[in-house]
Amino acid sequence: MELKGPTALLNQDPIDLRLVCAIQSGLPLVPRPYAGIAAELGITESEVIARLKHLLERGDIRRFGVVVRHRELGYRANAMVVWDVPDERVSEIGRLIGRQACVTLCYRRPRRPGRWRYNLFCMIHGRSREGVLRNLEKMVEACDLAGIEHEVLFSLRRFKQRGARYDVGREPPRRRLDRLLQGVE
Amino acid sequence: MIGQKASILEQPLNDLERRLLNDFQHDFPLTPRPYRTMAEQLGSSEQVVMDTLQRLQSHGLISRVGPVFRPNRVGVSTLAAMAVPTQRLEAVAEWVSEFAEVNHNYQREHELNLWFVATAMDREQLNHLLREIESHTGLEVIDLPMMEDYYINLGFQLQWN
Repeated sequence: MELKGPTALLNQDPIDLRLVCAIQSGLPLVPRPYAGIAAELGITESEVIARLKHLLERGDIRRFGVVVRHRELGYRANAMVVWDVPDERVSEIGRLIGRQACVTLCYRRPRRPGRWRYNLFCMIHGRSREGVLRNLEKMVEACDLAGIEHEVLFSLRRFKQRGARYDVGREPPRRRLDRLLQGVE
Repeated sequence: MIGQKASILEQPLNDLERRLLNDFQHDFPLTPRPYRTMAEQLGSSEQVVMDTLQRLQSHGLISRVGPVFRPNRVGVSTLAAMAVPTQRLEAVAEWVSEFAEVNHNYQREHELNLWFVATAMDREQLNHLLREIESHTGLEVIDLPMMEDYYINLGFQLQWN
């Protein structure tokens, strides 16, 4: 199984796509932020709000709100824990790990034979390395994961962290987006 | 209290700052004047809410007020890993970070020591980026796109002590 392509959103609704591009780096801190975006897109403020609600309901936007930076808030330990789960159990165990309070992400990813053996990834943030390891230990016990091989990859340095951007490219940043928009409109 | 060295504000965070950080990670008001709606819930004023958010953002405690997209619902993304010789790590990492497509980039404790997330409009653009990184660095990029998302929780419950 490989990654599925982008869903209908991008191809079906050019206004949603432009809305996504307009809000991806954050809402302006002005009294009527949605009205500003609406003016940019040439639609009404209430349409912006309705479209955002719809994107949230559909799950295209997972959450909308204040995005905190863990490290600056004192959550300096950040571990990516990778698991080698038998393929037939990966969904079951993924759902179990994905529900744990200390876990902030849980994804299945492909194995790359000879280079990478782990097929399940989760993130655990904490104030200290010891705290993260304690939470992991508790989780292994509570979820009966002791028999599943795993490794803990702590982060040593953060070179970059920000939200995803979609109108991207190293040079002429807008060119690809413009081309894409022309393609869908 | 925010950890000893962690607070880059001069003083511990006040109650309003804590609530702004913790209580609005989801269900942000979709009302014409969202900061006023927040102010009403917090017993504050619209201007104070905007100013405080601005300050939290300029101190780097908030990355933004906005959407977190579900992976691969808007555009496509992947997690990529590289084994970079130690003496080249910083240069390679900084070069990789310059791509607008790259939104997270971390050094991790492993033989595969550089891990980054890249997001693009489509798989073709993503492949192009990964190939460009491989050909520029002469290093293999291991492409590990998400296949299934099991995460359920929303936001991140902050604990102050």
